Amino acid sequence: MPVDQSLVGREFPPTQPYRVSAEKVRELASATGSREDPVPPTFPIVMAFEAMNAFLADVGVELHRIVHGEQRFAYERPIVVGDELTATLKVATLRQIGGNDIIGTRSEIRDAGGDLVCTTTATLVHRGDA
Amino acid sequence: MTPGDVLETKTYAVRRADLVRYAGASGDFNPIHWSDRVATAVGLPGVIAHGMFTMALAARAVGEWTDGAEVVELGCKFTNPVVVPDDDEGVEVQVAGTVKSVEDGLATIALEVTCDGQKVLGVSKAVVRA
Repeated sequence: MPVDQSLVGREFPPTQPYRVSAEKVRELASATGSREDPVPPTFPIVMAFEAMNAFLADVGVELHRIVHGEQRFAYERPIVVGDELTATLKVATLRQIGGNDIIGTRSEIRDAGGDLVCTTTATLVHRGDA
Repeated sequence: MTPGDVLETKTYAVRRADLVRYAGASGDFNPIHWSDRVATAVGLPGVIAHGMFTMALAARAVGEWTDGAEVVELGCKFTNPVVVPDDDEGVEVQVAGTVKSVEDGLATIALEVTCDGQKVLGVSKAVVRA
């Protein structure tokens, strides 16, 4: 079932504050053989993914029907251990191509003081029923 | 870094166990990254690596080339899946980089990420503080 066009522009509530621990940074960095310092630049995906899951659950889309099309990160400052971060997801664009929904999302990652740390955009391809 | 610099190509092995570890570390338990049954049911050739896993490998190469320079932008399209067979060898992902520009203290690195000679990330680049 295609995703409803009225979703465009909708902003979802911020995720629960996520505390960046040294252990979590080590776990994620070591999973790809990466250095822990600086914090890997793909780290905000942990919060952005949580925001995406909440969005998918809200609109009734199953995760296994999603294929990742594109991801971009723009950083205001590096993430450091001790940061407390939230992600706020907004549906930016929505197109239907060949039975698939192409969903563009934009998530702002903010620290405990409310300052913007990183903006990340994702393109999600929702594969229609085969 | 000088525009035109060709950076040393990095080669990283990706095995099923790496995907399981990455799933746990990142929280992305999409079964297309661990279950052949689900992956083939949605039309994929088999279990594929998380796009974010491959992107993290690209970021790992950037960290190795620049000795952990601050990344201010990172982005890519996921143009072809990295299919990871259920065997001991897995597959190899290669990350090549070329310095495109160095301006205002920022270096832009174009990334070419391939698996078995096929491009897996498109329009992939990193901007680092030089």
